[in-house]
This record gives sequence, structure tokens and C-alpha cells, in this order.
Amino acid sequence: MTSVAERPAVTPVDAPVSRPVEVKIRRYNPEVSEDVTWVTYTVEAFPADRVLNLLMKIKGEQDGTLTFRRSCAHGVCGSDAMRINGVNRLACKVLMKDMPDRLTIEPIKGLPVEKDLVVDMEPFFEAYRAVKPFLITGGNEPSKEWLQSQADRDRFDDTTKCILCAACTTSCPVFWTDGSYFGPAAIVNAHRFIFDSRDQGAEERLEILNDREGVWRCRTTFNCTEACPRGIQITKAIAEVKQALLFRRV
Amino acid sequence: MTSSPELAPTIIAPRTPQRRTRGRTNTELYAWLFMRVSGILLVVLVLGHLLIMNILDGGVQRINFGFVAGRWASPFWQVWDLLMLWLAQIHGTNGLRTIINDYTRKDQTRFWLKMALYTASALVIALGTLVIFTFDPNIN
Repeated sequence: MTSVAERPAVTPVDAPVSRPVEVKIRRYNPEVSEDVTWVTYTVEAFPADRVLNLLMKIKGEQDGTLTFRRSCAHGVCGSDAMRINGVNRLACKVLMKDMPDRLTIEPIKGLPVEKDLVVDMEPFFEAYRAVKPFLITGGNEPSKEWLQSQADRDRFDDTTKCILCAACTTSCPVFWTDGSYFGPAAIVNAHRFIFDSRDQGAEERLEILNDREGVWRCRTTFNCTEACPRGIQITKAIAEVKQALLFRRV
Repeated sequence: MTSSPELAPTIIAPRTPQRRTRGRTNTELYAWLFMRVSGILLVVLVLGHLLIMNILDGGVQRINFGFVAGRWASPFWQVWDLLMLWLAQIHGTNGLRTIINDYTRKDQTRFWLKMALYTASALVIALGTLVIFTFDPNIN
């Protein structure tokens, strides 16, 4: 005798309902005009849409001239950091179900705007390069694998998560007014190597960050920690670099 | 495997001491540390001062020339007031210096604001110190 499995009861799922959302975007195109304009678009948004989906809908269906960066669209590449309703977020990580019916979108602050939501990232990467974000070792190449204990790895695990989206650096009030400040992202990436047991360039990097425009300019406003899409405890990392400088201990 | 000698990387001997890149300037480090230490001291000094002046022994009503003269006759209160003056002035000046650094956009503005700040601060410190040390209770 064969028994036929009963069909599992299907619980009806309501089809997702869309709602109109007003998206106000800061537009700037130096090839047309030096003036900044604010343009409002109305788009239908589903709860599972991300802000990036809305931007792509606007670009695809309403105004093809809208310019923004995006690459992977899944919160990994860090191209689409922007200021959404006053806070720095990755457009691809903000779900519309968590957002109000009005959005205000601006480029990230403190870096020169090139067009619409696209900024010149060069000053940001310059600060990143200045802290030597690579393994520095001396002596002969090791003949076998460099082992590291779990505890040694945990020491800098948090700061390895950085995707260089610049959300933290451009949320920092010190960076807004003083462009020569290294900024949280550079310090995070210095931290990643300073506290790596395999690296020998800690002293060198600490000296760079001890500079007038280095870690001592941090006011611990926690904007960076709040802005980080990877949840890195940035202010804590900066404090650890300060401590290493203060007590000469890594 | 052959490799051309000019492409071979130069390997530093394992025990070679690391070269120091440049002289380490610790100004900002000390400024940062000073803010913390002076802040803690000022909590004690200023709250103590407020307690003595406004609450104990009849409070603010009893303060007159004689009261001040009596206090400054003692080296303890002279040192207390001097410490309070210097720490508060330098603490405040350094705080304002960072605010000027944060908010001015032009180098010129920054320079002149800081000059005004340092001048004012130096004047207050000098004048205050002078009064504490040369206070004459028999002045007419």
C-alpha cells in the first residue's frame, strides 16, 4: 500500500505591495552648470528593494543622466557609499522597508564632487597609501608557513573587514574641514598591520600616525563607527593606536 | 632556475636594526595627554574651589577683600589658585586650538585666530600669576 503524502498546507503569502517614494537627489554636472540642483523623483518601491534599486530605476526609467557608482551591489565592493537621509550608508545595503517615504540622497561629504553622486576618491586613497597598507618584514624569506595563533589573529580581526568605501572617513567632522587628516579608514588599515604579529613595520606606521594630522586629531565622535557598513569598531581601533603610541606597546 | 642578478631582491640581514624614518615629534601626543590629566586635576581643583567659595561657611556672602587676603596669606591656597589658573588656561587654550583647527578653512584665518587666542591666553596667565604672587593685603 502506498501512502501519498499530503500536500503541505500552503499558507498564502501576500504579494509584496509597493508604495511611492519621493527620492530627492543632489545633482551637479560641471559640464552643464556650476550650480547644484536638487531634483525629486517619485519611484515605486517594494519593501525588499534597496536604495540602490531605486537609483537604478530612476536612471533606467526616468533620467539616464543620473550618475552614481555601483559595482557588486551586494555590500562587498564598497563603491556606492552615499549620504542617505543625512547618514553615510551603502545604497545597496539599505532596505526600503526600513526607510520613510522620503529619501534625500547626497554624495559623501568632504571629498570633491565630480558629478552627481560621484566623488573624487583620490585624497582618500592617498591617505590610505600613506600608512603603508602592506606587510613589512625584514630578513630572509621564511622557509615555511608563518603560523599565527588564533589569539594573535583575533587581535586585528575586526579591522581586516574594511572595504574602503570611505563611509567612515567622510562622516568624520574633522575630515570635513581639515582634508589633510588621515581619516578613520586609513587608521583602520594601519591598525590591521600594526597589530599583526607577522608584520614588522608597526613602529614606522605609528610614527606616521603620530603626526600632526594623525590619530590625535580624532575627537571620538563615533560617527565613523556608526557609518561603517561592515560594523567595524573604528573608534575603538583608533583608541588602540593611540594607546600603542602612548605606551610604546603593540 | 636562473635569474638575472639585477632582478634579485636585496635581502637585509635578519638582525639589521630597523631604520627610523624620521624624528618622532610627540607634540600632539603630549597635548592629548595633557588634556586628560589636567581635566582630572581640574575636576578636583574647580569643584573644591566652588564648594569653598559658594557653600561652606556662609557661602558667597562672606567673600570680600579680607577673605581673599586671608586665603592668599597661605602658600597652600596660592599654589591651589595658581595651579587652577594655569591648568584651566592651558586646557581651555588647547581646546580652542583644536576647535580652530577643525573649523577654519583658510590658513590665514587659522593663523590669526590662533595668534589672538595665544595672546589672550598669555595675558590672562601672566596677569593672574602676577596678582597671586604680588598681592598686597595692605593696599589702599
